[in-house]
Amino acid sequence: MRGLVKQFPGARALDGVDLEVRRGEVHCLLGQNGAGKSTLIKVLAGVHRPDEGEVRWQGRPVVLPDPVAALRTGIATMHQELDVVAGLTVAENVFLGHELSRFGVSSRRAATRRTRELLARLGHPELSPGAEVGRLSAAGQQVVSMARALSHDAQLIVMDEPSAVLDPEEVANLFRVVEGLTAAGVAVVYISHRLEEIRRIGDRITVLKDGRTVARGLPVADTPTPDLIRLMTGRTLGQTFPPRPAVPAGAEAVLEVDDLSLAGVFEHVSMTVRAGEVVGLAGLVGAGRSEVLETVFGARRATGGTVTVAGRRLRPGSVPAAVAAGVGLAPEERKSQGLLLDEAVYRNVTLSTFARSSRLGWLDEAGEREAAREQVRALDVRPHGVERAVRTLSGGNQQKVVLARWLVHGCRVLLLDEPTRGVDVGARAEIYALVRDLSASGAAVVVVSSEIEEVLGLADRVLVLAEGRVVHTGPTADIDEHRVLDLVMTASPEGRSA
Amino acid sequence: MSEQSAPPTAPADPPGDLSRVEALAAAAPAATGSRWQQLAGSSAVRSLGLVIALLLLCVVGTATAGERFASVDNALTVLRLAAVIGVLSIGMTFVITGGGIDLSVGSVLGLASVWATTVATQAIARDTHWIVIVTTAVGVGMVAGLVNGVLIAYGRVVAFLATLAMLVAARGLAEIISDRRNQIVSVDPFLDVFRGDLLGVPVLVWTFAAVAVAGWFLLNRTTFGRRTVAVGGNPEAARLAGIRVQRHTVLLYVLSGATAGIAAVLLLARTTSGSSTNGSLYELDAIAAVVVGGTLLAGGRGTIVGTVLGVLLFSTLTNVFIQNDVSSSVQQVAKGVIIVAAVLLQQRFARTSRRT
Repeated sequence: MRGLVKQFPGARALDGVDLEVRRGEVHCLLGQNGAGKSTLIKVLAGVHRPDEGEVRWQGRPVVLPDPVAALRTGIATMHQELDVVAGLTVAENVFLGHELSRFGVSSRRAATRRTRELLARLGHPELSPGAEVGRLSAAGQQVVSMARALSHDAQLIVMDEPSAVLDPEEVANLFRVVEGLTAAGVAVVYISHRLEEIRRIGDRITVLKDGRTVARGLPVADTPTPDLIRLMTGRTLGQTFPPRPAVPAGAEAVLEVDDLSLAGVFEHVSMTVRAGEVVGLAGLVGAGRSEVLETVFGARRATGGTVTVAGRRLRPGSVPAAVAAGVGLAPEERKSQGLLLDEAVYRNVTLSTFARSSRLGWLDEAGEREAAREQVRALDVRPHGVERAVRTLSGGNQQKVVLARWLVHGCRVLLLDEPTRGVDVGARAEIYALVRDLSASGAAVVVVSSEIEEVLGLADRVLVLAEGRVVHTGPTADIDEHRVLDLVMTASPEGRSA
Repeated sequence: MSEQSAPPTAPADPPGDLSRVEALAAAAPAATGSRWQQLAGSSAVRSLGLVIALLLLCVVGTATAGERFASVDNALTVLRLAAVIGVLSIGMTFVITGGGIDLSVGSVLGLASVWATTVATQAIARDTHWIVIVTTAVGVGMVAGLVNGVLIAYGRVVAFLATLAMLVAARGLAEIISDRRNQIVSVDPFLDVFRGDLLGVPVLVWTFAAVAVAGWFLLNRTTFGRRTVAVGGNPEAARLAGIRVQRHTVLLYVLSGATAGIAAVLLLARTTSGSSTNGSLYELDAIAAVVVGGTLLAGGRGTIVGTVLGVLLFSTLTNVFIQNDVSSSVQQVAKGVIIVAAVLLQQRFARTSRRT
């Protein structure tokens, strides 16, 4: 056996991804949300089939048409979303899908015995094979999921964020198990956002970005953490940002966020955004950036603190109140949160204003079209037609449609969550220019982005978030990418304890 | 991204529904621009398909039953029988377009008919104004819809389950109120109004037409209709655009309940009896008509014209079969085939329109 090679270029979510895993190694897969990690895993697990490219197993090409084939080949997967059946017992879950083939008639007792062994090996002898999985904690369910992967005697185990729901002690346990597996020659593909974990357990790293492999098989020991983050977040092409005019000294504070908290997610976030100012929120995935925006917008109900727009306090947890006060949100997941994909462009543009432009509940569609046409021209949404379904537009143009909605609405505060995700380089520049135009026209803008360079290039001031806390506030002119990374890393719990 | 190379009048994605006339006009070369553009497209094709199916059915009816089928009287009979399901289907179109489902409409219709006849057979019986009967029936329907809506929007009960519970409970309540007896309506003013004709057309048919026209305007020309499409198409996007999704959901079920009340009035007028068994399984006929008409079961796109055509298709089919003495069992098989065929066609249209 000389190792495993798998290559799959071509799919939409995956656009030329290479991954090579060797026997007995822990191969870490890194990448931001949407980079294609989950899709890649699903190809390995036989859930998706690659449109192009091939998977090679022990030197021979294999086809994985369905999950059973993947398991039979020797690839077991622990999916990120817990894939256990709540109503069944621990033992039933562990041997789900391969109960009878292995144990014949006396399956139950054997399954119970084997499950007990597996649980002991995982360091959880206290879990009873007969317990109902739905009653276990998230961590307990994770253990069951892991036991199932082990029960297949797989030669490659894929773990998608196995540590996400575990506390430090259990993570240590997980690592022991992983070490035991690799010592026995099993290969592990390990996915985690926590770079410290990868440092402790990983042998080599492959980094994905936008469905492509940007680095393959880097040895963990020789790769500094900042390099990894840059690979994950950095741009491949240099981007120029529009100039930042100085915010007028007397500009009024439009958005004031005071001591805002959302229990368990972020706490004590305060910021003031003046008219004509752009404030950026930087931080790693999971630091609470999007949640801050959504809470300011009322889409989540704050557990503490206040949001004030132009001197008036917003009712917490009410999107209509925020919209009425002139706040607009361009959400992170444009397609699932922002757009009616099968509806015409103009109806998406006027989604927040059609009621306002109506008379006694009667729609003014001519007026809506006119307003939409105006914005489509101003923002250069291509193609120009306002009757076209939004689904047919490119990512950048879809984003412009969302922005157009808030322009028609006449927003005083604009909250932009990952405004350039899935947007090609040319359209990015346009969106940057647009954001600047907006703020120049007196709007207060808050931008969240995973790309630190983008936050620093676009914003006047930056708030750095780590683990739900603001660890730095200041003008972007006084800080660079390295410093932000340092702040983010040292503020994370692993960094603090180190 | 593949651009559709199309003439200037090319089908843009159709936002709502359209009448047969509009569909034909859209197919003709028109230099009137966007107005016609928005009316064309796949739902035009669908409605046109339904019209053709209906015409074919009429040809078959005329060929097999001759004068018995092709007469004004028979046409009015078909329409009169279509009225009850028709009114239910208009309400159902809104609920389904808004991303929900209402299984309780048949039961609520039964409950409303029993409640209204109980009012009409009380002491004041003969003097009861017909308005009282109508208000009671519609009021009962709206309250039932309110309960459905609140459970679904604020209680976060799945629509299927909440309205299933209402289906069972409303039926039971109707049995309790009526003591499982048929309650005959003998209020003359009521029967005079609703069993009568206006300009040679039964009031039942006028009512159906009025509800359908009102429904068309409500869905296509008002903020209520736009919200319905938005909430059904992408509730999260609607919420983040500032639409009060929960409140609107409640209103949709109240509307559906109201149409169930109106349908109860029509059924009362036709049969003169209020019974707890009134409206059994009507919800399935209504859902079938809506879906065959081209409204997406998943929500986000609805067509009143399609629904009306769907209702007419089924009631004409029944009529043709009756005229030819074909058993009702065969009818049911035919209905089943039509539903499946319509849905398969819809999926194909949906796929082709996605690709543009």
